[in-house]
Formats: sequence, structure tokens, C-alpha cells
Amino acid sequence: MTRDEILGKVRTVLVDALAVDEDEVTPGASLVRDLGAESIDFLDIVFKLEQVFGFKIQQGELFPENVAQDPKYVQNGKVTPDGVAALKARLPHVDFSAWEKDPSLGKVAELFTVGTLVNFVEKKLGR
Amino acid sequence: MWIDRVIELKPRERLVAIKNVSLAEEHLHDHFAADVERGLGAAPVMPGSLMLEGMAQTGGVLVGHAENFAYNVVLAKINRAEISKDATAGDTLRYTAVIERMDAIGATVKGTIHRLRHASVHAAKSSGAAVTDEGWEQIGSVEMMFSHLDNNMGGGGQAGRDYPARNFVFGESFKTLLKSSGY
Repeated sequence: MTRDEILGKVRTVLVDALAVDEDEVTPGASLVRDLGAESIDFLDIVFKLEQVFGFKIQQGELFPENVAQDPKYVQNGKVTPDGVAALKARLPHVDFSAWEKDPSLGKVAELFTVGTLVNFVEKKLGR
Repeated sequence: MWIDRVIELKPRERLVAIKNVSLAEEHLHDHFAADVERGLGAAPVMPGSLMLEGMAQTGGVLVGHAENFAYNVVLAKINRAEISKDATAGDTLRYTAVIERMDAIGATVKGTIHRLRHASVHAAKSSGAAVTDEGWEQIGSVEMMFSHLDNNMGGGGQAGRDYPARNFVFGESFKTLLKSSGY
């Protein structure tokens, strides 16, 4: 499946899960900031991606988990170097380069764009 | 409670409940009351939002029962809802909830709403007409998502939000409902 084909299917998933228009779903659009996703929508997106692409997504595989609660990983609202390393190791489909200059916990959700989902699916199908 | 009785339960898969719509419910007197000035008579119609509540309770009990009510299960999202016909006093509603996908975080549930209009079935039978599906007619479909709240608090930067240790979703009324339904 080409990247464009993956994007097409991801777009269908997001139009359905977030009730947005097709032309809003561009690779650079942030799920939270631009498309208005809320926490439960992430679960919805995971379920729908599984259905559409026919693979199983483990908890914490696509979106981060168990980072915010760990004092080793988060201090005063900032993700520590250990935390950044853990996120990078767990979520290879996410581009952390701009964010890690000022790794605020509150902005982690904004890192997830339509392109992130396409990266994730591409890696998952390529495995 | 917006369901009266559970009539079928297949754990982790499917739950069917019924609701009898009654003029004893006060909301039917306001929805809609007669409007004398405009010359409109009363039209007691069950609000669609309450049908959604009944459907959500049906799905919620199914999802809660799957883990023996260990988690607080809350309705998190209604992806799609369509109700095509009204229900009024004397009708029976049948809510069918089917789990499509469930994991530690939550579940997606597909719901369908059927209506049995006793008055119409009685009239049809009296005139000798055939009654299909024993008179049940599908009048709605709903796609819902439930969250296992206990597994979702504290994640995603929400650390520190506390909630009571007891299960505050499934209280006595839900237990009574299942018990009186024979489950």
C-alpha cells in the first residue's frame, strides 16, 4: 500500500471519528489542535484503524501511556531526558524534533498529526 | 432507570432490554403539552434523548457486566444516532446492544431500537391482517463508545484527578434490575 493510499484510508477514519471535513485532514493537521480530538477519540481512532487495516494495536503502541504518572519521566510539567528517551523508544512513528527543545507534557498531544498516523500504519504494515 | 427489564444477556456479547412507555412518566405530559392558544392538542412523545439514555444504559450494563462491574463504565461518545419514529404511551421499546470491540480502555457498542406499538398490532390482528416479526419494528440505530474510567484517569497528562474508590456508576438500581430480570 502506498503512502497516499494509507493517507486516504486514515482520512476516512478521521472524518468518521472526528466528524471533520475531508479537506481538513491534511498530513500536517494536529489531531487535537486542528481537528478537535478529545481523549476518547483516540480510542475510537485506534479501534477504527484496526478495522480498516486489519491489524491489532496494543495499548500504548500508537499513543503514549504511563509516562505522565512516572516522576522519573515528568517533573514540573516538563518531560525529563529519561522521559524523552522513553517516548522516542516507544513511539518511533512520532517526530519529536521540534518539541524536544522545550519538552512540555501539555504539548505532547499536539505532536500527533495526521502524518503521525500515516507513519504508524506504514511502519506497522511494513513489519 | 430508563430500562424496565433485561430479557436477554449473553455475557461480553449482547444484551437486550425492554422499556414500557407510560403516561405515569411526567415528562410525557410536558413533551408535548397541549397549546390552547395555537389550538394544538397534547402529543405525548418520548424524547429521543431519553431513548438514547435507555440505549446507553443497555450498552453500559453489558459492558459493566463483562468485567463483573469492577470498573466504572461511562458513556464517552455517541458516534452516530438515528431515530426514525416516535414512541408514545402504551408502546414498548426494545434496546439491543452488541459489543463490537472491547479492551482495557473501553468498548464500542452497536445499538438498535425496536418499537412494539401494541395498539396497532391489536388492531391488525382484530382485522385478520398478518403481523410481521410479532409487531416489532426497528426505529433507531446508535453507535456508542464506553470508557472504563478507572483505566483512563491519570493518563494523558491528567495525573492527580481523584474519584471515589466505590463504583459510582453501577449502584443498587442496576443490580436490582439484573436481579429482578433473573440474571
